[in-house]
Amino acid sequence: MEFVIEMNNIRKEFPGIVANNNITLQVKKGEIHALLGENGAGKSTLMNVLFGLYQPEKGEIKVKGKTVKITDPNVANELGIGMVHQHFMLVQNFSVTENIILGSEPTKNGSINIKLAANEIAELSKKYGLAVDPYAKIEDISVGMQQRVEILKTLYRGADILIFDEPTAALTPQEIKELIQILKRLINEGKSIILITHKLKEIMEVCDRCTVIRKGEGIGTVNVADTNEEQLAALMVGREVNFSVDKVDATPGKDVLVINNLTVHDARNIPSVVGLDLTVKAGEILGIAGVDGNGQTELIEAITGLRKAKSGSIKLNGKELINHSARKITEAGIGHIPQDRHKHGLVLDFSVGENIVLQSYYKQPFSKFGILNFNKIFEQAKKLIKEYDVRTPSEYTPARALSGGNQQKAIIAREVDRSPDFLIAAQPTRGLDVGAIEFIHSKLVEERDKGRAVLLVSFELDEVMNLSDRIAVIYEGKIVDIVDPKTTNEQELGLLMAGGKREREGVS
Amino acid sequence: MDFLAILSIIIPAALYTGAPLILTALGGVFSERSGVVNIGLEGLMVFGAFSSILTTLYIQDMVGPASPWIGILIAGIASGIFSLLHAVASVTLRADQTVSGVAINFLALGLAIFLIKKIFNKGQTDFIDYRINKINIPILSDIPIIGKMFFSMVPVTSFLAIIVAFIVWYIIYKTPFGLRLRSVGEHPMAADTMGINVARMRYTGVIISGVFAGLGGGVFATSISGNFSAGTISGQGFLALAAMIFGKWHPLGALGAALFFGLAQSLSVIGGQIPFIQDFPNVILTIIPYVLTILALAGFVGRAEAPKANGVPYIKGKR
Amino acid sequence: MQRLLQNEKIVNILIPVMAAVLGMVAGAIIMFLGGYDPVKGYTALWNGIFGSPRSIGETIRAMSPLILAGLAVGFAFKTGLFNIGVEGQLLVGWLASVWIGYALNLPGIIHLPLAIIAAAAAGALWGLVPGLLKAYFKVHEVIVTIMMNYIALYVTADLIKRFLYAGNEKSYKVKESASLASSFLATITDNSRLHYGIVVAILAAIIMWYLLEKTTKGFELRAVGFNQHASSYAGMSVKKNIILSMVISGAFGGMAGAMEGLGTFQNMTVLSAFTGTGFNGIAVALLGANHAFGIILAAALFGGLRTAAPQMSFNANVPSELIDIVIALIIFFVASSYLIRLLLTRLRKEGK
Repeated sequence: MEFVIEMNNIRKEFPGIVANNNITLQVKKGEIHALLGENGAGKSTLMNVLFGLYQPEKGEIKVKGKTVKITDPNVANELGIGMVHQHFMLVQNFSVTENIILGSEPTKNGSINIKLAANEIAELSKKYGLAVDPYAKIEDISVGMQQRVEILKTLYRGADILIFDEPTAALTPQEIKELIQILKRLINEGKSIILITHKLKEIMEVCDRCTVIRKGEGIGTVNVADTNEEQLAALMVGREVNFSVDKVDATPGKDVLVINNLTVHDARNIPSVVGLDLTVKAGEILGIAGVDGNGQTELIEAITGLRKAKSGSIKLNGKELINHSARKITEAGIGHIPQDRHKHGLVLDFSVGENIVLQSYYKQPFSKFGILNFNKIFEQAKKLIKEYDVRTPSEYTPARALSGGNQQKAIIAREVDRSPDFLIAAQPTRGLDVGAIEFIHSKLVEERDKGRAVLLVSFELDEVMNLSDRIAVIYEGKIVDIVDPKTTNEQELGLLMAGGKREREGVS
Repeated sequence: MDFLAILSIIIPAALYTGAPLILTALGGVFSERSGVVNIGLEGLMVFGAFSSILTTLYIQDMVGPASPWIGILIAGIASGIFSLLHAVASVTLRADQTVSGVAINFLALGLAIFLIKKIFNKGQTDFIDYRINKINIPILSDIPIIGKMFFSMVPVTSFLAIIVAFIVWYIIYKTPFGLRLRSVGEHPMAADTMGINVARMRYTGVIISGVFAGLGGGVFATSISGNFSAGTISGQGFLALAAMIFGKWHPLGALGAALFFGLAQSLSVIGGQIPFIQDFPNVILTIIPYVLTILALAGFVGRAEAPKANGVPYIKGKR
Repeated sequence: MQRLLQNEKIVNILIPVMAAVLGMVAGAIIMFLGGYDPVKGYTALWNGIFGSPRSIGETIRAMSPLILAGLAVGFAFKTGLFNIGVEGQLLVGWLASVWIGYALNLPGIIHLPLAIIAAAAAGALWGLVPGLLKAYFKVHEVIVTIMMNYIALYVTADLIKRFLYAGNEKSYKVKESASLASSFLATITDNSRLHYGIVVAILAAIIMWYLLEKTTKGFELRAVGFNQHASSYAGMSVKKNIILSMVISGAFGGMAGAMEGLGTFQNMTVLSAFTGTGFNGIAVALLGANHAFGIILAAALFGGLRTAAPQMSFNANVPSELIDIVIALIIFFVASSYLIRLLLTRLRKEGK
């Protein structure tokens, strides 16, 4: 049996945690090998060990049968290992060519020979079907093309073992299809691929074998042909998981949030929400499906007062709120679980308690005459920590010290406890493990059942389909259609998200 | 006094005071392009001025007129070594780079005066015998009008500084080294995954900035002040820093800004000879560079974007 | 010992203490290399600080502007801003206090507070400019405050010459009704220049602590300092808080100037170079971990070093610039706290 990569009994520690314990991964030549695990299971750590960014404490690595020590990415490159990172490792204001040749630039009389490099890149991109513009700047090209640049970086260095770290996370359904074609083409050209993912469907579709790790421990390797999604899920989580969300049918009430003809410009002053109409009713979860960058962020920012809208109307229970201050909007009864919990949701250096009162610190009982009442603040924090099962040493612990799931729980506790009439949940489960995802989903359904209006924005189509009572599809800043999750399917949504039209009549 | 006559006073003066600023600002470009904020330029200039004067005083009896040139070279080397402190603190020890820069400024002045007192038993040095002379550039100075304006009675160092600025531009934008340096200042982790040693690039950037600031301080001391005391370098390093920002972290931008600040500085000295300007209170001329820098930063000359990772320590494996 | 080192709070206190010790040790090494006797040097330094009632008085006197300068830097730090412009704020505050103290005729109970408020207002104005530019144009405050320092230096010198010039490069003296000087304090410290400014400085420290830690305004300022995005998400005005922070910081800086104008000197000199007190404020704030109480302690150390430096030069023949070197090194060591943390971790491991 020929293995191109053998990682045997790898152990990697960080201060306080063992990220990888006794993990073995063996990749055959010419296969697509999945590395499956939940967020935080240790997949990226293992791959960073293989790529030379980390040194393991124990274990051995063999590449093409030879025992090697991969001390830095240069060594990995020389061994033919290339990595396509989840967060693209691209310099935004460099050109495609400059990014690809960085570190191994062809020169002529001491200066970089850009022309030669660009030609080489054009050739490579033809050979592998990776369309890129060698002279374009990274900041001006699409996410899909950026990923192709990442792949070209590895090919330019002659890699024949490619690691893909969650490559579909930022892609549209169409782009995912294209990527799968690219992967197959790479295999045909004699490359071997390691695909890091937590998406079972993708594994079933393209992979030959799958190694599962859970909480830093190696669980084992299975042939994909001999297994199914349920089994893989059970291996990954360690128990039976039911990905569908338990909920009864919604009983929608009156209109809570009504948006009319809303137009919002983005940071570069380009219209990104264009004449958008949307209504969310009491007692329903309205999911917004769409590819990242179609105006979701600006829509949320306009509703919550974080970005000025150009025109239109946003009414909550009949009261006009457009371009009011964030504080007024919060007080009017809008809760917001933000997309990026580290950037917007929490002050990481504040204690959990201080974060719990982040929007209400100036109100009684948390303060009086401008003087804070810490007893009351931490009392409230203690109460919510218990109710929402936030695992933290204490309410005085800095939010930074909590795990992602518990940070998100703290935010949800804060937002839901204010019992807002309208709750926005933007990417509420991004990067969380299955347990936390289940908890958050059940909380959102619970709020719906209490009669609140919930707006769910997520780039995970499964989540939108499982959780929503209605799905609004956003494309280029407009709601192009509203569909019933019970009667739609992924193909139809994918088409709508890409700007296509539905054949039958709209449901809304 | 006609307009051309005014220009022929102003331009040589700007070239004269601009040279040290150009060199130091170019140093700043190297450091900050690699992602290390360097407000220690002032201190590095101080150390350069000190080293050049000390060297010149020691060797002038042996070497004669070449002594200030050797002094300037030694200044570059000395400040390059001195800047290692900033590199160690900023890159290896992940210190706040602004704070480390402040410490550099304190330390350079303290150390220089400490040593001057130790050596000379007083707070300042003697004057050097040979300075960098103002010369008429052969042939070029004979060109009518322009010759007198640009090429007469200026120190050679000014022209050298301008040439160096173009060389720096070439290095930073056309060579592999430049591409790597900039990548480390924009996205160090991307550079790391491409096998570029981030720490080594940043050390290099900081040390080159030390060398350039040392040369700048040396040029100032050997062409303008002629001796060294606590007040020799008083704000030129910060002006150079401002010129670098005003020039948007671009070598040629820094060159233009440094010349402009040189002009503004010289106006407060030579303004008395020029009609209209001589009616201004001197204090206004003195503060013009500082006010202009603030106005420039406020966006009246277009947005200046710093390298993205400027001032952020790079910690391996941390997103 | 090992258990102590596990405690983050204790480590946070140990870092500045170790930085100060390392700085002094490095100073001794430099003295030795320079051919001076470190023991003699530090003995002279010690005597310069504690040797007599008078030197103690002078140390305390030197503390008050340092405390205020440290508060100015520390306050801005706490709200995420780096105010390198305390030197300039100090100068304009100094001038304002002297001007009001000289030009008006008022009973002391009004005149003195008014002169201090004028100094605070002038410093606040000097902080307002970088604050506005930061809030509305996103201009980095470090550069603007550096530029403002030079503007302050030249403008104050010019204004003294124009309006307050008493000859000999000095302004007129402030009236007794605006003076912080105290014959009582001077008497008990053997005719030092100790004045009531220390009371003002300590009051200011208490105010800073209370404002930041106990009030809703302080909550906002700290939140904005840590995370602007989350603060605006939570409905706070990031712009207003940035401006307010620079204004308050500048006011502390201005008051530091009043300590010199109404206390130590009773007038202002036409300066051609910076006093250094504002820059020392950076060292004080860093060493004091930006905490009001820590700043007082750090100011005591630096105040002592500064006042005793001439003594060291006089009695042990060590150039007083050694103190500048020591202070610079202390800043280095605090800034490089990662180094000290590494050392402590080592200790911890070896203890196991």
